[in-house]
Amino acid sequence: MRNVFTIIRKELRAYFVSPIAYVVLTGFLLLGGWFFFNLLSRFNVLLSIYTQLQQEAADQLNLNEFVIAPLMHNLSIVLVILVPMITMRAYAEEKKGGTYELLLTSPLRTGEIVLGKFLASFLFICIMLGMTGVYPAVLIAFGNPEIGVLLSGYLGLLLLATSFVAVGLLTSSFTENQIIAAVSGLVATLLLYIIGWPADTAGEVLGPLLRYLSVTEHFAEMVNGLIDTQDLVYFASLILLSLFLTQRSVESLRWR
Amino acid sequence: MIEVQNLTKRYGDLTAVSDISFQAESGQILGFLGPNGSGKTTTMRIITGFMPATAGTVKVAGFDIFDESFEARKRIGYLPESPPLYNDMTVTAYLRFVAHIKGMARADIPEALDRALERCGLTDVASRVTGYLSKGYRQRVGLAQAIIHNPSVLILDEPTVGLDPQQIIGIRSLIKELAGEHTVILSTHILPEVAQVCEKVVIINAGKVVVEDMIANLAQGQTLEDVFLKAIAREDPGAAETAGTVEEAAE
Repeated sequence: MRNVFTIIRKELRAYFVSPIAYVVLTGFLLLGGWFFFNLLSRFNVLLSIYTQLQQEAADQLNLNEFVIAPLMHNLSIVLVILVPMITMRAYAEEKKGGTYELLLTSPLRTGEIVLGKFLASFLFICIMLGMTGVYPAVLIAFGNPEIGVLLSGYLGLLLLATSFVAVGLLTSSFTENQIIAAVSGLVATLLLYIIGWPADTAGEVLGPLLRYLSVTEHFAEMVNGLIDTQDLVYFASLILLSLFLTQRSVESLRWR
Repeated sequence: MIEVQNLTKRYGDLTAVSDISFQAESGQILGFLGPNGSGKTTTMRIITGFMPATAGTVKVAGFDIFDESFEARKRIGYLPESPPLYNDMTVTAYLRFVAHIKGMARADIPEALDRALERCGLTDVASRVTGYLSKGYRQRVGLAQAIIHNPSVLILDEPTVGLDPQQIIGIRSLIKELAGEHTVILSTHILPEVAQVCEKVVIINAGKVVVEDMIANLAQGQTLEDVFLKAIAREDPGAAETAGTVEEAAE
């Protein structure tokens, strides 16, 4: 475990000593703030129109459905693009810079390297999502959104981001070229995002399968406030499978 | 201390190292020579456990690098061809990280760090970021990284490349100093360096060992250059022919 902490410290330091962390965090918050501002002003307009028409209609409007849910869906798309850029350097940079030789000739277990890098990126994602907490905080201060649904949505967002991290680390472990790592990571996360699109027309067998494989399906449930074991199992399997494959990919260098 | 037995490494059809064997005794400095592409780096990467061999065994301090890799790796300090530095870390932070992953006890690290900095002449640049250091300093940080955990075996791949003459002399005397408590394998292209520093020489060519002998035995009547060129020519009929033609032409 000590080795895992050493790797985590080193990775987090690499994020925050270089401009990577600040650029990513600023960009993410800038986009998030723009989404939030737009959704909120649209909500305001809708509210004033509905109130003029009839009071019952206005009661139908709520912050969870009209602001928080679309905000989370928007943020999830931003994560599809940003997460592979956060993870692309994890292995590729070590291979290119020759430090991979240092890591692999040290008395470290492959699992410790993989886990350390994963947990460091996970912590970074937590910081990233934690900072978006400003938006719901504003809503809670000036309105009355449902806290349970809000938290369920955040759990979904965190699980989605963590899965993307695991996938991004896997693609980074395949190559020594950071661009290739980022592009293949982006393709993989985007594919997970859109794989459910043809589900409605894909037939009885393939349809449900595609829907099950899609990150969006499981994520949307949680944003709506529904935490189903099936969704948790889906995210857990995706994360564990990616970590296992990453471990194999790193270990494969030692295969005869 | 280091036992290499019948080591073979193939990349697909290409045989990089073919059935080589040699030994380095405890406390010895072994010079590892060979022309470019002869398999030196491949051999060192196998000895350090970075990549597996196709066939054969390597024992480091009595531990098999394949079967007891973990124990063996604890006892190895390795300076690869290009020093494995993280360019955004300071020298101190980097060496502390290396000390940690080499499995040193937390309490021993400050002392080991100071000693490594001092031995490699890095005390003045300890708080600088490695990415901005000159090539000579980077090389020395690489060396400090290899010796910080006081390993019983040191594998150095061309440690004096890119250094100025004064630094080369410094590094050579450091390596000499390290022998005795460490077993050192030193790969280099600079033959006088081997003659000065090493006790034993292994020359490989085209993936095969062509000379394995003590410097004292070789030095009788011929320089290391002669031995090296002869050893390489013998294994390479093309080169021998060229040499012959040159001699004839000279006559």
